[in-house]
Amino acid sequence: MQETAGSLKKTPLHGLFKEMGARLVDFAGWELPVQFTSVLDEHRAVREAAGLFDVSHMGEIEVRGPGALALVQRLTCNDAARLVPGRAQYSVLTTERGTFVDDILVYRRGGRDFLLVVNAANTAKDFAWIAPGASGDAEVIDASARFAQLAIQGPRSEAILQECTRIPLAGMKSYHFAEVDVRGVPALVSRTGYTGEDGFEIYLSPGAAVDLYRALIQAGRSLGLKPCGLGARDTLRLEAAMPLYGNDVDDTTTVLEAGLGRLVRFEKGEFAGREALGRQKAAGLDRILAGFDLQERGIARHGHAAIAQGREIGRVTSGTLSPTLKKSIGLAYLPPRLAATGTRFAVAIREREVAATVVPTPFYQRPR
Amino acid sequence: MNKGDGIYPDDLKYTREHEWISVQGNVGSIGITHYAQEELGDIVYVEVPKTGTPVVAGEEFGTVESVKAVSEIYAPVSGEVVATNPALAEHPETINKDPYGEGWLIKIRLADLEDVKGLMSVAEYRKFIEDEAN
Repeated sequence: MQETAGSLKKTPLHGLFKEMGARLVDFAGWELPVQFTSVLDEHRAVREAAGLFDVSHMGEIEVRGPGALALVQRLTCNDAARLVPGRAQYSVLTTERGTFVDDILVYRRGGRDFLLVVNAANTAKDFAWIAPGASGDAEVIDASARFAQLAIQGPRSEAILQECTRIPLAGMKSYHFAEVDVRGVPALVSRTGYTGEDGFEIYLSPGAAVDLYRALIQAGRSLGLKPCGLGARDTLRLEAAMPLYGNDVDDTTTVLEAGLGRLVRFEKGEFAGREALGRQKAAGLDRILAGFDLQERGIARHGHAAIAQGREIGRVTSGTLSPTLKKSIGLAYLPPRLAATGTRFAVAIREREVAATVVPTPFYQRPR
Repeated sequence: MNKGDGIYPDDLKYTREHEWISVQGNVGSIGITHYAQEELGDIVYVEVPKTGTPVVAGEEFGTVESVKAVSEIYAPVSGEVVATNPALAEHPETINKDPYGEGWLIKIRLADLEDVKGLMSVAEYRKFIEDEAN
């Protein structure tokens, strides 16, 4: 979704957010709310009730035609052939080095019809990466301007969204989706998210986004739903140890180094980066993304050095004070021999070295 | 203190980095302003020097962190730290709730009372943040 006005792009919700008094910031060239009232309150709402996010800045790229599956298979490391229509998967657009062009969601809408949902900052780059693969058999379309996207996340999401659609949501499993009417408007509704909670992402026409946003706020009022910004989105995703492109993963980090080996389906056949990732798997990794927490006061941040025996052993890629766990958590690339749970190291926070311990991820797992 | 509308009390002096100071005798209490705490959002961590540490006017002496950002705090005056706010270790959000009262950061014994004269009055500070916003 995009509408260029001034230097920053705006989503259809922009006007409403100004009315609501949201604090707007520049995020990847978009003017988006970082918070409405308080990052901590919004974070808690998602963990305990529900939160509503505008993620219309995300990009959507359609790949269609008899050659669509083959093209998606060649460009991504997960196995898109395992998707039946109505299912989505987390995947990676890989370079020949096995690094990230982007981390993406792949939706299979039909046998020959895929929708790739990509990071806002990468939309143009991803399209330029994918488009040369187009042929008479496979069309590649940047459909970002045709989609707004709302995410409703948290344990009460289903009850709230159910107020706005007739399809029974209780039957929809994680990473499944349906193309349905939501308040009389065609939409794609998937049980996905970026918070570590149950929830849904709703793709719909930009012209219908404000109406649905207002309707969901209304439906969720008595259930504790809060409008949420990018601040809470970041603390929520980090507690769930979901990587953020540009912070934790990029075109210098491989999918295996990111700890996402489960997304690399060597057995599916040829794909970009398969050879490099195969070599890396055989040779062993030099570094791996590991979760840690701090034993002393302080907050680790992107770029801080990880130190062991007076030597830099890696770098923090993300860190925050976990609102749910009430302790400092973070992700860092560490040598695998120093990345086992329980291993101690230090994080250089300004002039101090703060004691850290490797812990299993995700840091937070929702009760089921 | 806390005259005026309470958002920017009349009897404080202000810095361009959004600290305030309230001087009584030769000791100044220092904190961050309403504007600063609002810009930061939920404050979750505060780091200030121990009692006895010298600080220099205009130089960084500590940090205040929200979930999303780190902000350095600068000394409005030179002197020596004579007290730190013990409540902030457990309840840094006190700064959001009461930036000029319970949310004070440190107290400094001023090396030179003249330092205060270079700081902004409330009227000057209000104009400064208006200009900064535009």
